[in-house]
Amino acid sequence: MMQASARRSSRRSFLSPALWIPAGLALALLGLPLMALVVRAPWAQLPELLRQPTVASALGLSLGTALLSTAISLVLGIPLALVLARSDQWPAVPRRLLRALVTVPLVLPPVVGGVALLLLLGRNGLIGQFLPFQLPFTTAAVVIAQVFVAMPFLVLAVDGALRASDRRFEVAAATLGASRFTVFRRITLPLVAPGVAAGALLCFCRALGEFGATITFAGSFPGVTQTLPIATYLQLQTDPDAAIALSLVLMVISATALVSLRDRWVPGVTA
Amino acid sequence: MGAGGDGMSVAAALRLARGAFTLDLDLAVTAGRTLALLGPNGAGKSTALGLLAGTIDLDSGSVVVNGRVLDDESTHVETEHRRIGVVFQDYLLFPHLSVLENVAFGPRSSGIPRAAARSQSVQWLDRLGIADLASTRPPQLSGGQAQRVALGRALASNPELLLLDEPLAALDVEVREEVRGELGRFIHDWGGPTIVVTHLFDDVVALADDVVVIERGRATQRATVRELVQAPATSYVSRLVASWSDD
Repeated sequence: MMQASARRSSRRSFLSPALWIPAGLALALLGLPLMALVVRAPWAQLPELLRQPTVASALGLSLGTALLSTAISLVLGIPLALVLARSDQWPAVPRRLLRALVTVPLVLPPVVGGVALLLLLGRNGLIGQFLPFQLPFTTAAVVIAQVFVAMPFLVLAVDGALRASDRRFEVAAATLGASRFTVFRRITLPLVAPGVAAGALLCFCRALGEFGATITFAGSFPGVTQTLPIATYLQLQTDPDAAIALSLVLMVISATALVSLRDRWVPGVTA
Repeated sequence: MGAGGDGMSVAAALRLARGAFTLDLDLAVTAGRTLALLGPNGAGKSTALGLLAGTIDLDSGSVVVNGRVLDDESTHVETEHRRIGVVFQDYLLFPHLSVLENVAFGPRSSGIPRAAARSQSVQWLDRLGIADLASTRPPQLSGGQAQRVALGRALASNPELLLLDEPLAALDVEVREEVRGELGRFIHDWGGPTIVVTHLFDDVVALADDVVVIERGRATQRATVRELVQAPATSYVSRLVASWSDD
């Protein structure tokens, strides 16, 4: 009897009915805009709209740059995540500075990131003034802006996975004669592969959606720097239907990423 | 006690201070013999093991294996170059690699080509009677099977010293006796110098030739197993011997 009542009380919801109203409003705020997008989409003209040259070039540019940004973030971000995850023995000041540097782009308005990139790599920038070529307003600038904004997602995801993984496997590998790089390649990295995959996906999605830093640092030249989000925004002024079609494309890519995240790479579950 | 002579031999003088804990322990073992490092929890057994394997740095002292200095005031050979095989208490088999890949990991790391490393590893699995598990992933293994894989993995890397950390502690009591007997046979067949770290007196009786009892970081008795049973030097050992002979 005690057990039965205990079970009933544990199942009872302590959620006050008064909280259902704001929770419902929150849900509506998140869900209804997406619904409006789907409802108002010009489904009949969609194939035609997506074949427009501006759309096709923006889509190609966006996918290409986002993939490249993700690849760069993997190559540079995984080692950074390792340094970050193993920085526990460091003195407090450099350790906190490192973590702050990695986290800042997450909270910084992307436009500010774009301005900062201009001041560093622009024609008169700290480094830019010494460059033999012009970086801003090129496709390379798009990629740099995306890496700046998106890489922290990868770094923090991999950092979390590294902290959760058992470092004694690395000791075991060392007793078997494995060099440090072999340990990294054959033990450390495979053990955090789910975290790397999740981080890469988040990074890709963030790069794909990048707007503020890109338009500031790279501008909006069709075919060169005009990515999908920028094209969407500009089309909204001239051809709303095209803008909706572009939004749908971005939404489908994001939804696909979300589903693959949930199904395959739920944090903490491996294999 | 010296490191000279024929065959493989190990001599270590382990000195370390960490806060209130100090370790001051001399160990020696020769090929074909198994030394048990017996002691209660917190006596410094794991620390001694880490110092031998090179995962912890000595304050002073030395580790010499086959005349090669692995550690002293001027030398510190990294773990990956020590050629000291370790069977960890919870085995630490790489979960993303098959049993065969686990065993082949050592040979592969020493630069042996994939095919040769694999055929060597198959031989090890054969010798340990687990050839049928070659493609199994470690999470699917029973405790006894996992221990054999861990032993095979350590031996396949061709170590000059084998360390076993509480080899039976992770197993259910019912299977310990059987696994312990097998382990003893495998170690004997291997024939190299072996150090078993344990708090179980049954391990000492079944596996060891010589015993060093360690309490609070210091050796309180050095003896053969027979001498230890006949003349325990401390109350810790007499209690272990008494409860062992009760069984």
